[in-house]
Amino acid sequence: MENTVDIPQHKPLTKKDFESDQLVRWCPGCGDYSILSAMTNALPQLNIPRENVVFISGIGCAARFPYYMNTYGFHTIHGRGPAVATGVKLANPKLSVWEIQGDGDAMAIGGNHFIHALRRNIDINIILFNNEIYGLTKGQYSPTSPTGLVTKSTPYGSIERPFHAAELVIGAQGTFYARTIDTNPKLMAEIFVHAAKHVGTSLVEVLQNCVIFNDDAHAAVTARENRDDFQLHVKHGQPLLFGKDNKKGIRLNGLKLEVVTLGENGVTENDILVHDAHTEDPTLHLMLARLGPPHFPVALGVIREVRAKTYDEAIAEEREKISKNARYHSVDDLLKSGETWEIK
Amino acid sequence: MDDTLVNGTKTTKELEKVVIRFAGDSGDGMQLTGSQFSFTSALWGNDLATFPDFPAEIRAPQGTVEGVSGFQVQIGKIDIYTPGDQADVLVAMNPAALKSNLQFARKGGNIIIDMDAFVERNIEKAGFKTNPLEDGTLNDYNVVEAPISSLTKAALEGLQLDNKSIMRSKNMFALGMMYWLFDRSLKETEKYIEDKFRKTPALAEGNKRALNAGYHYAETIEALPARYKVPPAAIEKGVYRHISGNTATAWGLIAAAEKLGKQLFLGSYPITPASDILHELSRHKNLGVITMQAEDEIAAVCSAIGASYAGQVGVTTSSGPGIALKGEAIGLAVMAEVPLVVVDVQRGGPSTGLPTKTEQADINIAVYGRNSESPAVVIAASTPSNCFEFAYQAVKLAVEHMTPVILLTDGYLANGSEPWKYPKLADLPPIKVNEPQKTNGTYYPYARDPETLARAWALPGTTGLEHRIGGLEKQDITGNVSYDPQNHEKMVRTRAEKVSRVANYIPELEVIGKGDGKLLVVGWGGTYGGLLTSVKELQLANKKIDFVHFNYINPLPKNTRQIFEKYDKILVCELNMGQFASLLRSRFPGLNILSYNKIQGQPFLVTELKEVFINHLKD
Repeated sequence: MENTVDIPQHKPLTKKDFESDQLVRWCPGCGDYSILSAMTNALPQLNIPRENVVFISGIGCAARFPYYMNTYGFHTIHGRGPAVATGVKLANPKLSVWEIQGDGDAMAIGGNHFIHALRRNIDINIILFNNEIYGLTKGQYSPTSPTGLVTKSTPYGSIERPFHAAELVIGAQGTFYARTIDTNPKLMAEIFVHAAKHVGTSLVEVLQNCVIFNDDAHAAVTARENRDDFQLHVKHGQPLLFGKDNKKGIRLNGLKLEVVTLGENGVTENDILVHDAHTEDPTLHLMLARLGPPHFPVALGVIREVRAKTYDEAIAEEREKISKNARYHSVDDLLKSGETWEIK
Repeated sequence: MDDTLVNGTKTTKELEKVVIRFAGDSGDGMQLTGSQFSFTSALWGNDLATFPDFPAEIRAPQGTVEGVSGFQVQIGKIDIYTPGDQADVLVAMNPAALKSNLQFARKGGNIIIDMDAFVERNIEKAGFKTNPLEDGTLNDYNVVEAPISSLTKAALEGLQLDNKSIMRSKNMFALGMMYWLFDRSLKETEKYIEDKFRKTPALAEGNKRALNAGYHYAETIEALPARYKVPPAAIEKGVYRHISGNTATAWGLIAAAEKLGKQLFLGSYPITPASDILHELSRHKNLGVITMQAEDEIAAVCSAIGASYAGQVGVTTSSGPGIALKGEAIGLAVMAEVPLVVVDVQRGGPSTGLPTKTEQADINIAVYGRNSESPAVVIAASTPSNCFEFAYQAVKLAVEHMTPVILLTDGYLANGSEPWKYPKLADLPPIKVNEPQKTNGTYYPYARDPETLARAWALPGTTGLEHRIGGLEKQDITGNVSYDPQNHEKMVRTRAEKVSRVANYIPELEVIGKGDGKLLVVGWGGTYGGLLTSVKELQLANKKIDFVHFNYINPLPKNTRQIFEKYDKILVCELNMGQFASLLRSRFPGLNILSYNKIQGQPFLVTELKEVFINHLKD
């Protein structure tokens, strides 16, 4: 099986074609603006007719996204976006279905639907806006907030341990996991295109900044002074190099990853781990996804991308198989199936 | 059924109707025995109705009262609307079955017991202090003490079967006895056995031997002095089949989707007593059905909403606890104005309640059980077979009016079965899709049909109709998000008006009776058979009593007030604390609306209802 999608013939679309006439109402400076822009940049590259694109969302700041896209859109209820999106995709597998979630929507109230969409591997694209806070309800801690975070509902600091999206994705047997940041629109657009082309549930985690309630939550990665040392841009088949002039690298030492510097202690490029996003075994993907400050950079890019049968494919296959040997072909056949008798 | 013991010779008596109840351990195969008896009787031409009564536990400890499974059937040469109040013949396979089912046996009737099971240990386990066969407990009954287990064992001797398989055939022995008693042929059941055990000839042979042994045993013993004949009923001509309520619901949904030329999407989560609809639909994926066993009740309804939004017939099926979980999503369908069918197979509650027992206490949650002003169409089936008609109607109303429709059935209808003169798809009413139209080149998602007020069903994938909908309040016509106070009031009132206009598209109520204006019995949903039988019997005795039965709960049929106003007394009978009566009182204040309620997880009995009605007629 190859990772390809049918590309229908259509007149080329532009960024403008995907922008709706609705006033965008996120807070000034919100990371969501750049995600929206990256999306309207990415979609024309996919050559999918606009009428075949559907955006589904739950509740939260992120969930307003469908109103700003000039495609089909359905803003549903809190946490249930993946379930609605699943119904949409099964009803019409030709549609390109995008599901927009925040961290609370996806991993608190909607945790069940999130993991089960991934487990079924339904061919939809989930974009997870992770700002580690509840914004729309005005600043409570979320399931991804770090322990100790002071919020309105944790005035003495959060006492809970956070979820890491990648761990849930891999635990749920997800086939596609990528991570990007709202400060890098080019990378975001690239990854959205990549996610759309993946056949199966694609999960893109966007490290997004909430300028009002959790400003600089990702600054350790996104701040200009940290970019070189704390961003590891991974590409399938490429060595895991980062830092100024790509002098630093990730080496596998026993069962652990470590940061090494080229030229120091005899380290050469041959010692650096080469990223394999396509390997079935998720062990290294998980290790990569878990890296982060203060001792490691954060991995950005497509970390895992494997092909497995999707739920929609399995349903179509099953139907074809059953239909071959079916005894009934209409409800009239069904009504008279089994034992019947005539009263004369 | 009056028995006169005539020693020596066997006589045959003719009966108008008779009630038979099979009871045994839940592993004894009583449901199978009962349904085989019913099927054979239907082929013979009887009208009939059945009611299985099984425990919530799959296999409660053997020999305990908790583990007893029962199956009741009433057969007749007259029209039969209920499985009957009390059994003329009770088959009890062990002491526990006798203990829990004696209350359902008519005094003076026959009780057939497996004598071999009445050993001290079993008697004690069933909770009897002394042996009921000896202490006078059964003095009012004609007891047939049959050594069913040992005779089954003897009949199966020489077959390569283990003891467990042999003992599992004893239900066929009991069935054979019943076939002799009611002068039925063994042929159909033999055919069934051959088919079922095609791959294990020894089991087929064993079951057939047990069936025949039971038949000949009954013919021989003196304890059964007479056999009974229930002649065929005067049933409308046509081709019939057997159908249970849950199967009828499933097939009605398939029929509606096929009529529409669309696929049926079921999102469902297993729950008693609704799961059989999921099972049945899962068997028919070649007929354009997709079933998804969702991760929970909420995902079940949400995936159905997604499928409806994208152009399939979205359905979710559940029972009370699941309906409670789906409330928010049903509200989304109200706001987004997409078609959605929610089937609620009601059971006893609150909370987990009585999973396998019937109740009618979900009217309130169906009509009112969502936040804010959230109107939905609510309809109710009233017989096992008309679950087909109302499932079909639920899809029709949902699609034509772009609204969620909640279909109420119940455990009694779901598991009950009856003969059914089934329709052809071509004869079912057409279902019209409200196609989207553009105004001056623009599509407005909340533009409405002037008659129904339904918006159009504009499907993703259609060029030029791109639009956004959602749970936030919508601006009239454009469907854009709107927080405008006047618009909100207008939209709330429009959604309510849309649902109330459904009354223009449903049949009016029909009064059964002469319209004497004295006592009007009112029912809804699954109590139809019991209420109809009771009222008809009193009408035959020249009592001034009339009956109306509701299949449409919200909106109510248009002539409801007109009918109600004629009566001195309106008596609403329901298996709850009076939820429908409350609804009627709030809609029709000033009328004399009374309640008769029962909340025991069991249907009304005809004798019970007749007594209640006679008392009301006295005042």
